[in-house]
Amino acid sequence: MSITLEQINKSFGAFRALDDISLEIGDGQLVGLLGPSGSGKTTLLRIIAGLESADRGRILFQGEDVTGLHVRERRVGFVFQHYALFRHMTVAENIAFGLDVLPRKSRPVAGEIRRRVGELLEMVQLSHLAGRYPSQLSGGQKQRIALARALAMQPQILLLDEPFGALDARVRKDLRRWLRNLHDELHFTSVFVTHDQEEALELSDQVVVMSAGRIEQVDQPQALYARPDSRFVFDFLGHVNVFDGTLDGRLLQQGEAWIRLPENREGASSVQVYLRPHEVRLQLQPVAHAHLPLQVEAINLIGAEVRLELRPCGWEAAQLWEIGITHAEFNAWQPRRGDRCFAVPDVGHLFGAGNAAPETLYWG
Amino acid sequence: MQRTSVHRVGEQRWVRWTLICLALGLTLLLLVMPLLLIFVEAFSGGAQTWWANLTDYYTLRAIGLTLLVAALTVPLNLLFGVFLAWLVTRFEFPGRKLLITLIDIPFAVSPVVAGLLYLLLYGSNGWLGGWLMQHDVQLMFAWPGIVMVTVFVTCPFVARELIPLMQQQGREEEEAAVVLGASGWQLFRRVTLPNIQWALLYGVVLTNARAVGEFGAVSVVSGNIRGETNTLPLHIELLYQDYNAVGAFTSASLLAVIALVTLLVKSFVEWRQARQRAPLHEQQEQG
Repeated sequence: MSITLEQINKSFGAFRALDDISLEIGDGQLVGLLGPSGSGKTTLLRIIAGLESADRGRILFQGEDVTGLHVRERRVGFVFQHYALFRHMTVAENIAFGLDVLPRKSRPVAGEIRRRVGELLEMVQLSHLAGRYPSQLSGGQKQRIALARALAMQPQILLLDEPFGALDARVRKDLRRWLRNLHDELHFTSVFVTHDQEEALELSDQVVVMSAGRIEQVDQPQALYARPDSRFVFDFLGHVNVFDGTLDGRLLQQGEAWIRLPENREGASSVQVYLRPHEVRLQLQPVAHAHLPLQVEAINLIGAEVRLELRPCGWEAAQLWEIGITHAEFNAWQPRRGDRCFAVPDVGHLFGAGNAAPETLYWG
Repeated sequence: MQRTSVHRVGEQRWVRWTLICLALGLTLLLLVMPLLLIFVEAFSGGAQTWWANLTDYYTLRAIGLTLLVAALTVPLNLLFGVFLAWLVTRFEFPGRKLLITLIDIPFAVSPVVAGLLYLLLYGSNGWLGGWLMQHDVQLMFAWPGIVMVTVFVTCPFVARELIPLMQQQGREEEEAAVVLGASGWQLFRRVTLPNIQWALLYGVVLTNARAVGEFGAVSVVSGNIRGETNTLPLHIELLYQDYNAVGAFTSASLLAVIALVTLLVKSFVEWRQARQRAPLHEQQEQG
């Protein structure tokens, strides 16, 4: 079931929570709403569910207007951040709740409900916990029961609010993979809220990046990472190294450091070049198109590559630069804290004044 | 057991024993002795006299009126308390904080003052009382007035028990129930009520105890008509002033028994609440 949002607006008092949000979510997609806290992503999710009402705008499910429809009638599955399991009911009773409260004429008979609950418990691989109470479960188990409860009504739309936020890293990874499989198997449309970029990029077909009540960018994960539209998305998704300078012709300069752009520009202006860690190499000597002296500040050996934190020498950056090198390179070079080196950009993203999308630069 | 070398505050033996003896002594002197004395006095003429006093016409009328007041007050305040707690914990509206503070007014105001206020409003010379008089409705110096002031005096008990609990539990479970299709009534009966049932019972027990025992406010609006508007506490005072000490203590013994039962129920409810908050961990091992 597709979801269409048309010009959704929502304010809490003077605070503008959602500012003219329009969004199209295709049937069967798994979409992540990603943004810092206060960006309005949870409010948007709650409006889709009907737990909150928009001040203005329309919501359509499969082309049908559901704006005026009560939560109860929207028939969506909703998974809460803190699970919201009914604490006085057993796991089985929790899962059966949606079926139990159906009006008598559409309610399945008791045996049928029991069978459905059994199936769902099997699906979340927790059949042995049917008689337990929520307070006797671990966080990961609670979350799976919450999912089973939401899926008991066979919703065509599943909404998840920070579904893995309260879990530790390992359980999180497991559950993420499990949700992805479940989604592919059952073909519902899912929207989940997260502030974890890794989670959003790994899990989603489409990522919606939000900030301050607006949508910054909607794209597939790879595209989003490779071609961010704005400084915000750049900053928010992964680390970025920023070089701030004054551009004159081809030369972008700040202090002792400079970068020579591949092509000539008109006039002098203040611009920024954003560089992803993997788009920069480190060398002991500067090259013809860049002179970016850095000093090794910290070395992190854990992971697939060695991550170096670097402090600019003779120029300034708001944040330390971060560049990854392979373990082989690291072993050959053997850098230590305080060693000097030079950054060599291969690809960069040039932001001019204003909020225009960046221009991608290629050297080499 | 080895004695530890670290001395915590109040660890010395004599401090501990002095405090314990003091507490036990005071409890004996101020609580247990008077309680025993009530029964000793009540039965001083033998069980038969006690029974005769208890089944005295006016005493029976007083018991009846007291039960009526409690039977009306408790359900009224149960509804009011649940409604109020739901209102202030589930909705945001201007004046919400003020309302939470105002709930406590009946506790802050002396019951006598409350009684006088009602007399001023609903008495025959009062603002509303005059108009009611013209329509042949008498509230003061009759049982409706007694119920009104009792409701006022006991109205915070249920709400005060529920508000902190409902605030702590939040509204997520209720939202989950609505998303799953529960109607308003199903939501209340199957999710909200089970979550607050013990706190609710606790509030009801306290409300009932106070409704049965209220003296100050009731004495102002009752008019002390023997057999008509005398509740049990007022009746006791009247008997005592008539130099019928045994009769007074007989009725008092009845109130004391109610108090003891209340205490028992209250302890049971507290025990259940504690158990609900900390589910048994042994169960986890067995499962």
